[in-house]
Amino acid sequence: MDAEVLKGGFADAPVDAAHAFRAAMTAMARPGTVHTLHGAQPPAPLSVAAGTLILTLCDPDTPLHLAGDWDRKEVRAWIAFHVGAPLVTAEAAMFALGDWDALAPLTRFAIGTPEYPDRSATLIVEGATPERAVLRGPGIKDTVEMGLPEIAAFQLNATLFPLGLDFFFTSGAQVAALPRTTKVSVPSGATSVEAA
Amino acid sequence: MSNYNFAYLDEQTKRMIRRAILKGLAIPGYQVPFASREMPMPYGWGTGGVQVTAATLTPEDTLKVIDQGADDTTNAVSIRKFFEKTAGVATSEETAQASVIQTRHRIPEEDLREDQILVYQVPIPEPLRFLEPSEVETRKMHSLEEYGLMHVKLYEDIAKHGAIATSYAYPVKVEGRYVMDPSPIPKFDNPKMEMAGIQLFGAGREQRIYAVPPYCKVVSLDFDDYPFEASKADHACDMCGATDSYLDEVIMDDAGGRLFVCSDTDYCAGRRRAGHVGAQGVALAEDAA
Repeated sequence: MDAEVLKGGFADAPVDAAHAFRAAMTAMARPGTVHTLHGAQPPAPLSVAAGTLILTLCDPDTPLHLAGDWDRKEVRAWIAFHVGAPLVTAEAAMFALGDWDALAPLTRFAIGTPEYPDRSATLIVEGATPERAVLRGPGIKDTVEMGLPEIAAFQLNATLFPLGLDFFFTSGAQVAALPRTTKVSVPSGATSVEAA
Repeated sequence: MSNYNFAYLDEQTKRMIRRAILKGLAIPGYQVPFASREMPMPYGWGTGGVQVTAATLTPEDTLKVIDQGADDTTNAVSIRKFFEKTAGVATSEETAQASVIQTRHRIPEEDLREDQILVYQVPIPEPLRFLEPSEVETRKMHSLEEYGLMHVKLYEDIAKHGAIATSYAYPVKVEGRYVMDPSPIPKFDNPKMEMAGIQLFGAGREQRIYAVPPYCKVVSLDFDDYPFEASKADHACDMCGATDSYLDEVIMDDAGGRLFVCSDTDYCAGRRRAGHVGAQGVALAEDAA
């Protein structure tokens, strides 16, 4: 057995998880704000922030989907040891992890049911968020700007409310979030944005 | 360090509660079911709020607990002691000092800041429950946004009493979608729910968590010709003279003597420290002597 798998968990699980959750919760409650997540040292290609989120939110009760490059042996082994989440297809996932291209198409993920809109997937999106977007909605005083992987997918997601997906964006030790309630638009004065 | 896991609950339970809180914030006003645990206190003493607080606290937090606005009642004192013992967090009675405030039935008078979290203890989270006893039915009503029954109830208030007589747990509509029970806060507090802080609601016995993110639209239900009114006793605080705070009426003797006093003890004490004196109050220096 590879001893590397055993490393990279929380040093002090209750306290590390409490700090990480507070950052994740504040990110979800205030879309567009960036917070620091640390505590986990997951294997590549996971970012520290994504690894910390997984340790904080996932356990044997949460089916997890690993997308694209994130579905590799070291990651599976690390999650099996530290988290114990069942690894599943996109359709059955409560959480999904990968970069934006690998997570597409988003229609595969559960968006909840009218009676249980909470039974929807939370996507942890790794990597760059190049498209500038203006956000409005709960948690935002007037408007706030934030980088997103693209615009159209999030506009579509918001139309599903109260159903829909919720997103964390992770890069390095940083996290931001976008719940389904946030209305996304192109900043005024920006040039064309590709249609989905 | 104590013999408890940080903040009492085991880690798997906290993860389950934390996932519910995140979905609650993503769907404002929607009641997320969660596997509420037995807590070392009876139902009705804030087991839901305590679980939400336990899942939210970090060791650096300062916790304030109020019961009907007061920091010094049994419920507030015992919950504060519970977290001093199991989480080792600092506690305070001052609203401005606290980063997490657990409350039973009041919102502090002082405006909350962006870095503060308000945790409500909720007895009956379902606003439609007294109109429709079946959970299957109320869940369907929420999914269809079928809230006519609630308006009929408020209308019947007007037909019977000439005004909307509901004075606490006054139903609100959150972000134009879900009708939500704000817990039994006086309707005086309803307008404060559009605040800078994060609001989390925990109902332990009923196993529901819900949330209102900062700056979220929270509208008290009403009619064009009978608009919502945030009412309070038409009086000033007899201790500190405040005219803008929610008041408790205290009977003083058998002759009908009475005293109106701020329900928010920290707000009242702060004003008295600043030198304000009400009609029946005494200046603080004399009082202490």
